[in-house]
Amino acid sequence: MKHSKLIAAALAAVGAMSGSTAFAGADLDAIKARGNLICGVNTGLAGFSIPDSQGEWTGLDVDVCRAVAAAIFGDANAVSFVPLSAQQRFTALQSGEVDILSRNTTWTLTRDVSLGIVFTGVTYYDGQGFMVPAELGVSSARELDGATVCVQSGTTTELNLADWFRGQGMTFEPVVIESFDESKTAFFNGRCDVYTTDASGLASIRAIDAPNPDDYVILPELISKEPLGPAVRQGDPQFFNIVKWVVFALIEAEEYGVTSQNVDEMKGSDNPNIQRLLGTAPGMGELLGLPDDWAARAIAAVGNYGEIFDRNVGPGTPLNLQRGLNALWKDGGIMYAPPIR
Amino acid sequence: MASQGNQQQLPSGILWLRENLFPNWWNALLTVVVVWLLVELVWRLADWVILDAVWGAVDPEGLVPYDEQWRLLLSAAVVVGLVIVTMVRLARGSALAAVWAVGAVFIAVIMWDMVASIETNASPEACRAPEAGACWAVIGDKYRFILFGRYPFDEQWRPLLAMVIFIGLIVFSCLKLAWKPWLALVWAGGLVVCAGLMYGGFWGMRFVNTELWGGLPLTLILSVVSCVLAFPLAIALALGRRSDMPIVRAICVGFIELIRGVPLITVLFMASVMLPLFLPSGVTIDKVLRALVGITLFAAAYLAEVVRGGLQAMPRGQYEAADALGLTYWQKMATVILPQALRSVIPPLVNSFISTFKDTSLVVIISLTDLLLAAKVSTADPLWRPYFVEIYVFVAVIYFIFCFSMSRYSQWLERDLARGQRRDARQKVAVMARSGPEGGGA
Repeated sequence: MKHSKLIAAALAAVGAMSGSTAFAGADLDAIKARGNLICGVNTGLAGFSIPDSQGEWTGLDVDVCRAVAAAIFGDANAVSFVPLSAQQRFTALQSGEVDILSRNTTWTLTRDVSLGIVFTGVTYYDGQGFMVPAELGVSSARELDGATVCVQSGTTTELNLADWFRGQGMTFEPVVIESFDESKTAFFNGRCDVYTTDASGLASIRAIDAPNPDDYVILPELISKEPLGPAVRQGDPQFFNIVKWVVFALIEAEEYGVTSQNVDEMKGSDNPNIQRLLGTAPGMGELLGLPDDWAARAIAAVGNYGEIFDRNVGPGTPLNLQRGLNALWKDGGIMYAPPIR
Repeated sequence: MASQGNQQQLPSGILWLRENLFPNWWNALLTVVVVWLLVELVWRLADWVILDAVWGAVDPEGLVPYDEQWRLLLSAAVVVGLVIVTMVRLARGSALAAVWAVGAVFIAVIMWDMVASIETNASPEACRAPEAGACWAVIGDKYRFILFGRYPFDEQWRPLLAMVIFIGLIVFSCLKLAWKPWLALVWAGGLVVCAGLMYGGFWGMRFVNTELWGGLPLTLILSVVSCVLAFPLAIALALGRRSDMPIVRAICVGFIELIRGVPLITVLFMASVMLPLFLPSGVTIDKVLRALVGITLFAAAYLAEVVRGGLQAMPRGQYEAADALGLTYWQKMATVILPQALRSVIPPLVNSFISTFKDTSLVVIISLTDLLLAAKVSTADPLWRPYFVEIYVFVAVIYFIFCFSMSRYSQWLERDLARGQRRDARQKVAVMARSGPEGGGA
């Protein structure tokens, strides 16, 4: 990295001459000067970030970026999406190709402290699970000793699987397949007893791809923690705070029942928490360097966290995911936002 | 006697059948079994591809209606009949063409009603019917995304037009009458028009940045532009590698061996992942441009070796004859050596072009939404996810059309150039004979 900094310095002059966009200073200034937010997303992951048949981006990760853009610019469309492969994503953020990485990325210590990036919060709590055919009569992952397991290669899923089985003192036979389509086809054709991936993936595969969803069960154990959330580059605490608190504001809005529909009426609320959230009681926006209605704009654009969840991955969508861990802390989940005050 | 008379009256096709497929009982048995297997296979395929397929119409069966299927069967029978007529050579030449034309018109007439009644806006539910075959409705819903990627939906006439111009340019360049120096100007003009259409930003066309380019236009741009740029570079590299100048030779050998020593995926990876780390923060080079440069360098290294093969295949006499005429190095190469050397390597050249065309699909790993990634993203749509095979078949057909056209064109080109060579040789001999030895220096 030191060398690359040196080379970077040497190339700075070249960059200036070539007239490419150079940062005016901190990331936020550059974003404001540019007039839009550049958001790195997945090339295509249903429910999280995927272009629809018209090429419009949809998904939970996408809506988080729209919310941040709405908070900064008052316009949820002031954001351009850059699809990134898993290998590219951190480089793209480090090198400034994107301002914010919202690409179903698991928050881990290594990534948080050694990549020059910093995670801003959790927008989806996921975890790796198992799916088996109902006819096997298995009710717990602990009964899977000696099973053949279909798993996609090159993912942390593969490593978690090996770790967990070793930890349990059980053996398994992996059937490692590169592509998602092939791996699920192999499972439904009976090439393996168990399919493993993140729980959100399992639920959607069962709902969409299974010939008959009732023939398959998802086992209760989750063998890994996969908190997914947006990340930004280190070095601009102000922008980091904005992204962090926009996410908290979306969760807080659900807690107080503020939705995209009633956000204007709620501005007249007597509840001081809602007043601070929506900027009726001034002060919060100024601290962030934004107008006081920053959260109100984000909520009006994409809705509160519950609305975002339901619209993209919830029971009304083909993915049909339950809230589970992602329910509010009041409702038995672990979605909890620090107070806005 | 009588049987012999009969045999002579039999058409040659039936004779051929008797001699090759039914010469004795076990071969006859084998023929019957193989034909039965083929029919079974084709029938099952047709069942999936056509008969049970969900084309879009959401009728109660969700399939091609049963009372309409006779049209498909009859058309298939006509095609089989035509193929047999062609195979056993009952008709030849223009008569054969006429038979095919009549057959085509017949099929068009009986199919028209049904095709016209097909709707293309089916819901995925129709495909979920247990007896449903291929779900072509997914193509009806997704074809614009697959073909144009994330290019703004209401502006997609622009990439379409650019693509038509682009393919027109390629086809035009394949014609012999276009092989003139002004072809370079035509290309330059055509590329400017295409770039203008794709970028926009004037005459009321919205500016569209390269990160929104995608689908088939992107695949064509990446492959054709990189081939067009790589070809001259390859010739230069091949000449450089055979040069007498040590430094030039060392540079060319170094470049070729370095690029050939790593996979394309590595080159693309360097361009897209490593390069940004070396640039100052915030300075970004266009992603499409990075991929284009990567593919061009890669293609150039491989083409250079192909061209070098052609150069080495030239007899020494050609070089010496050109030297003896007092031609300079560049005159020698441009007028004597290269035309012959390149002609002799057309098959491997086209091989390289085809593989470059297909290699462009590797830009998937740097997230450029080319034809294949657009297809892949389409298969991730939860509504249509179970029907990924249909999407991949659609894309495979597109790739096949392009690759097969290239290969047919190269075969025609080879024959055509070889004919020219023969005629030239004959004319030369005739001219020599007429003008005598003193006319040889003209």
